[in-house]
Amino acid sequence: MTKNLQPIASGLWSDEAQPHLLAGQSTDGRIFFPIPEGDSGKNLEVIKLSRTGTLWSFTRQDFKPKPPYDGPEEFSPFLLGYVELPGEIIVESYIIGTTLEELKIGMALEFVITPFDEKRSTYAFRPEQTL
Amino acid sequence: MSKVYIIGAGIHPFGRTEERSGRDQGVFAVREALNDANLEWDDIQFASGGSIAAGNADVMINDLGLTSLPFINVFNGCATGGSALSTAQNAIASGQCDIAMAVGFDKHPRGAFNANPKAFGLPDWYGQTGMMLTTQFFALKLQRYMQLHGISRETLGRVAEKSFRNGERANHAWRRTPMDLDTILNSTMINHPLSKFMFCAPAEGGVALVLASEKKVRELGANAVGIASVAIRSRPPGSFEVFAPSMEVEDGGKPTILASKAAFEMAGIGPEDIDVAQLQDTESGAEIMHMAENGFCEDGDQEQWLAEGRTEINGALPINTDGGCIACGEPIGASGLRQVYENVTQLRGRGEARQVSGKVKTAYSHVYGAPGLSGVAILEV
Repeated sequence: MTKNLQPIASGLWSDEAQPHLLAGQSTDGRIFFPIPEGDSGKNLEVIKLSRTGTLWSFTRQDFKPKPPYDGPEEFSPFLLGYVELPGEIIVESYIIGTTLEELKIGMALEFVITPFDEKRSTYAFRPEQTL
Repeated sequence: MSKVYIIGAGIHPFGRTEERSGRDQGVFAVREALNDANLEWDDIQFASGGSIAAGNADVMINDLGLTSLPFINVFNGCATGGSALSTAQNAIASGQCDIAMAVGFDKHPRGAFNANPKAFGLPDWYGQTGMMLTTQFFALKLQRYMQLHGISRETLGRVAEKSFRNGERANHAWRRTPMDLDTILNSTMINHPLSKFMFCAPAEGGVALVLASEKKVRELGANAVGIASVAIRSRPPGSFEVFAPSMEVEDGGKPTILASKAAFEMAGIGPEDIDVAQLQDTESGAEIMHMAENGFCEDGDQEQWLAEGRTEINGALPINTDGGCIACGEPIGASGLRQVYENVTQLRGRGEARQVSGKVKTAYSHVYGAPGLSGVAILEV
């Protein structure tokens, strides 16, 4: 579904069948997401973040933000939140495949790439799918 | 460090003033402050001030007079006013001068703030995807706080209800019509759990303060309020702040907690000694969380405090007696000094319809803003 879409930014997640968010790690173990642009990112080791985590907090964006927001012309509210990747870092992300009413702090989520608009993809987390 | 006093306070009404630029509102406030202190612009030996969206403060000298005074421009987010105050205070405390001015003003377009990612050292995609919004930050921080500490949405509504009620009694406030709890709770959802009337709105306004040394206060016989402490702190590691694509797993503290502790320590008093407080209320949940971060109550106690009316003007600890940002609106460069203006008003007993009863001896103000910094000022008489 997202195959023909261009990632909203390069180097944000790994290009593979099961993609991971990419972060930078300093020699003392601190993790930085996204990988800082410029000099501060140069000495960091690129690491793949966990594909699963738990919901730290959430809200819904109910109004269309002003630019630099660059989403679809026709706005529909979207869910977003912070996802704790155990032992790594807490990342801000779109939340998809669920509703505000179903969201609970602490629920299990998994990483997924999702369409942003007709041309671009972005990253999100969704409730863990039981296989 | 020698003690510094506020001997004049001026304000340009907050809200919308189409015919006046942000800086003109600052100039208006400076003239009001000079009148209040019974001084002329020529008497001011040092000035510091700023705005976020309404230009450089030092250009004011074109209107106020070319007296060759040093004028430091401040551009420090929501702490612009606090930093201007701190700079002016230090100029006097260091012995550089005896009379100084601190000024803050602003004028923002309508609607939620739209920050430029690059200015905050963040990548473009963060803004493009619509995750770089101040309103979201407060909702996200609050959603978790409410669940962890048992705060209800009704309590959020009660804060806003109080803000509008207090705003009605403050001449400089913007929203001066009381609003009932149901209207607030049922207003348009912005970022769950926060609805429209729980938020402050970007606005306009200006505030100026005249500061003086002890020597000058005696010389002038001024109606002076003492500055017990001013503390500004940026974020520690592991804190959750506005405009954060990520944060560390381990909770590391908050700039407000650090600024508050430092200010109390410098003043040599504690939260229990404060008679009136102005706390950053970007939205009603921020006031709730900042009550605990500033040490006035434990996490979760706010539910009972609000139900009992303890933060009302006639309560045990009146908070945001002029309606705060929710009723006054948010001109970023001016809000911090508005809080100090309100505290000066309360300490002098000039609050009229919103005057806190009994002798007000200590007053506390707190601002918070991007990218994670807090400023606290404690005043006393």
